Amino acid sequence: MAERQTIDARGAFCPGPLMELIAALKLAQIGDEIEVLSSDKGSVNDIPAWVTKVGHANVGTTEKDGYWSVVVKKAK
Amino acid sequence: MSKTILIVGGGLAGTIVANGLCRQLGSELRTGAVNITMLGTTETHMYQPGLLYVPFGKIREAELFREQRKVLDRRVNFFVDPAKHIDVEKNQVATEHGRTIKYDYLVLATGSRIMPQNIPGMKEAGHWFYDLDGARKLRDAISNFQGGKIIVNVNAPHKCPVAPLEVTLMMHEYLKAHGLWEKSEITYTYPIGRLHALEPVAHWAKPEFDRIGIKYETFFNTESVDPEKKTIKSMEGVELPFDLLITIPPHAGAEVIDASGLGKGGWVPTNPKTLHRDGSTNVFVCGDTTNIPISKAGSTAHFEADVLIDNLVSLVTEGRFARDYDGKVFCFIETGLNSGTYVWFNYTTPPNPGPPSQMIHWFKLAYNRLYWLSARGLL
Repeated sequence: MAERQTIDARGAFCPGPLMELIAALKLAQIGDEIEVLSSDKGSVNDIPAWVTKVGHANVGTTEKDGYWSVVVKKAK
Repeated sequence: MSKTILIVGGGLAGTIVANGLCRQLGSELRTGAVNITMLGTTETHMYQPGLLYVPFGKIREAELFREQRKVLDRRVNFFVDPAKHIDVEKNQVATEHGRTIKYDYLVLATGSRIMPQNIPGMKEAGHWFYDLDGARKLRDAISNFQGGKIIVNVNAPHKCPVAPLEVTLMMHEYLKAHGLWEKSEITYTYPIGRLHALEPVAHWAKPEFDRIGIKYETFFNTESVDPEKKTIKSMEGVELPFDLLITIPPHAGAEVIDASGLGKGGWVPTNPKTLHRDGSTNVFVCGDTTNIPISKAGSTAHFEADVLIDNLVSLVTEGRFARDYDGKVFCFIETGLNSGTYVWFNYTTPPNPGPPSQMIHWFKLAYNRLYWLSARGLL
């Protein structure tokens, strides 16, 4: 059954939101969703761009109170 | 009745915690009110950051090792008996040699390990320096290298986040010093869209790489390595040829963590401030074992351990918590064979590396020996 996990990478300088996502995707099953919370606005572009490039799915990006939620689904 | 503090893992994190507790709980240990037990996997303690110097012949292997029993305070009950199953509901740990140890407080410090086998072809064709055997093989490969294409390949997740930059810059200086630079090319690959996770470090590294002629390929997450064709391919669709592949393999946490249902991949969900295992009040996590989104590095383990020591001592003696971990990390960065800089940051302060200097390099070399004072809880 598909799972959903949240990575709270707000304020994380190293390794940062995208690197955390890459590591989490390696452990996820196809169909699992991963939500990344990031206070770095760059994540709003970086994460979806990389996800599209490698063939996973962008579920959505939402602006919250001072941070962003980026949800990704493992597709392969 | 004596309270048992059980530490699983005898690396830097567990060792600092054990020694620090002994220093602060002297009277409780003397009266038997507290006992401290450690389960390790080996008789020897290795200074892991020293492995960076092995491929370049810049450190003697003997400097990397001490007997764990001599690094540990003699009041610690130390067993070379790896944990086999950790039961946080029953407050007990079963070991490979058949022991079952009950605890009042548990510290999980099981660390991380390299997993080159997770990428097809990497184990066969790659060299690395994140364990002693790999560092020795890389030393031999470098000494036989007569020029060609070198790839320094970084994979997520990995510990010691500045080591890939360090080995790249040291390799460049090595090649220059041996008259091989004109016949060689170094390409550095990195998983995200810049040269380092830390943005200021990436901003420093890019012009430096451009200046000295190191090539780079960002957004490169390794899919496979072809040992026969000597090529490495990324998930992003880029394929690069190599004569020498120096890889920083992806890492995983300890198998016992996963097998005990405490965290996928061996990483334990951990409160970033209190260092409690999520869902437990008497289980703490330290060092690489946590899933906290910060650097997996010796300094992280050290600063977390300092907080854990204060909190465990306060809990045992006063029944209260002492302080939160603030996310502090400090890393030296070797910028060649004779210069270095450093970077520090925490949850609220961004990193800001200064200009490299020979003095910081010397201080790093001094720290290579001072480490043993850190492990003993003295520094």
